[in-house]
Amino acid sequence: MTTSAPMIEVNALRKSFGALQVLKDINFKVETGGVVALLGPSGSGKSTLLRCINLLVVPDDGAIRVGTTTFAFGPTRKPPRTRELAAFRSRTGMVFQNFNLFPHMSVLQNVMEAPVYVRKLPRKDAQDLAMAQLEKVGLSDRAHQMPETLSGGQKQRVAIARALAMEPEVMLFDEATSALDPELVSEVLLTIQQLAADGMTMVIVTHEIAFAREVADRVVFMRDGVVVEEGPARQTIDEPRMEATRTFLSHFHKGQMPR
Amino acid sequence: MYEWDFSILLNYRWLLLQGMGITIAFTAAIVIGGMAIGLLAAICLLSRFKILRALSLGFIEAFRCTPILVQLIWFYYALPILMGISMTPTMASLLALSCYGGAFYAEIIRGGIVSIDAGQSEAGAALGMTPGLAMRRIILPQALRRMVPPLMNQSILQFKNTSLVSVLAVPDLVYQGQMVAHDSFRPLETYTAIAVAYFAILFPLTVFVRNRERKLRTS
Repeated sequence: MTTSAPMIEVNALRKSFGALQVLKDINFKVETGGVVALLGPSGSGKSTLLRCINLLVVPDDGAIRVGTTTFAFGPTRKPPRTRELAAFRSRTGMVFQNFNLFPHMSVLQNVMEAPVYVRKLPRKDAQDLAMAQLEKVGLSDRAHQMPETLSGGQKQRVAIARALAMEPEVMLFDEATSALDPELVSEVLLTIQQLAADGMTMVIVTHEIAFAREVADRVVFMRDGVVVEEGPARQTIDEPRMEATRTFLSHFHKGQMPR
Repeated sequence: MYEWDFSILLNYRWLLLQGMGITIAFTAAIVIGGMAIGLLAAICLLSRFKILRALSLGFIEAFRCTPILVQLIWFYYALPILMGISMTPTMASLLALSCYGGAFYAEIIRGGIVSIDAGQSEAGAALGMTPGLAMRRIILPQALRRMVPPLMNQSILQFKNTSLVSVLAVPDLVYQGQMVAHDSFRPLETYTAIAVAYFAILFPLTVFVRNRERKLRTS
């Protein structure tokens, strides 16, 4: 356990879409260099929670701190300004289920885009930085191809490089392997695992239970907008204390049996 | 049987070419002006502020639901009185045609922008882009490719709409044609030649648009 303050702190977070309460009083922390996996059935609110951490979804109530930046929300508080939001998001990397690469730009341009236009790095520096990130995900030889020529797994690795090029304090993964063909999942998981080994603070929404058990040091299990159970990854996955967690995991193990 | 004699038009070739030049220059000006207005109106339509959306919608419907001929006359005779300014026929024509085109361009541009997957602006936002930067660097370049055929279709209509400025005595191709017809007593040859001139310019453009549309469908 580190003694320094956690990198991410979420306090009493609430979010509703219309009448539907998606997040009901969520509290959790991620230590610096920690990897937390968010597990739970679909509709449990885990993706919304992840999107709240970089404020792609603005919470109704509660507080979020990442690094030294804190945002508090509530009916009497003014929502954050566009520029504050943008500056904050530039320090958190996010990887999406559908990659969301920019199809009108080459792989290299995808990775350089934010360093040039958001961080305002000189083009040369941005290019060096982008090439280094592509090297890290093993795709520097694809730098000048267009995204449409890549496989799903390669696209997702480019998306990871693109997020890393902003040199973020934390990385958020939103079901990063769910849209991939089964044989392409492992190359993306290996890339994420490498990041974990490098000490990146990460929150990972995933359905890959075995991967969560392997890479995450903590898991947070959610259902119906609340945290049902949380704890050290292996212990919580191997010996869940709560009935809801057991039920969810048992579905999963059944699903994976054929292998 | 009428005896056609197009050779008579050769005497007026400079007048007609001048008219053609003005028609082309007018089209260029109202296409550029109209697209600027259309882009502004489209961005207002997509704004989160209700007042901007309402203003933009009001503008678009006002120009879409009245005839361009009425607008031209209104801009020339009514607007200067209401605003206490004077306007040349050219200024009134440019303004009316740009606004008219802008109303149609706005819908095309809005449609192109919303057709881009929401994940694209999310990815931009997640990288720390402001909505304006994401629009400029991520959304518009992609939307533009899809918008080219319908924007060109509308511009082809705009090219033909310039013929209406002759009612304000702007010396475009049609206006010069009227002069030639009066002077030569050869209206059949004159207007036939003018129709052929419009066709010769627009037909290749419609072929180009058709090809672009086919390419977009297959990609």
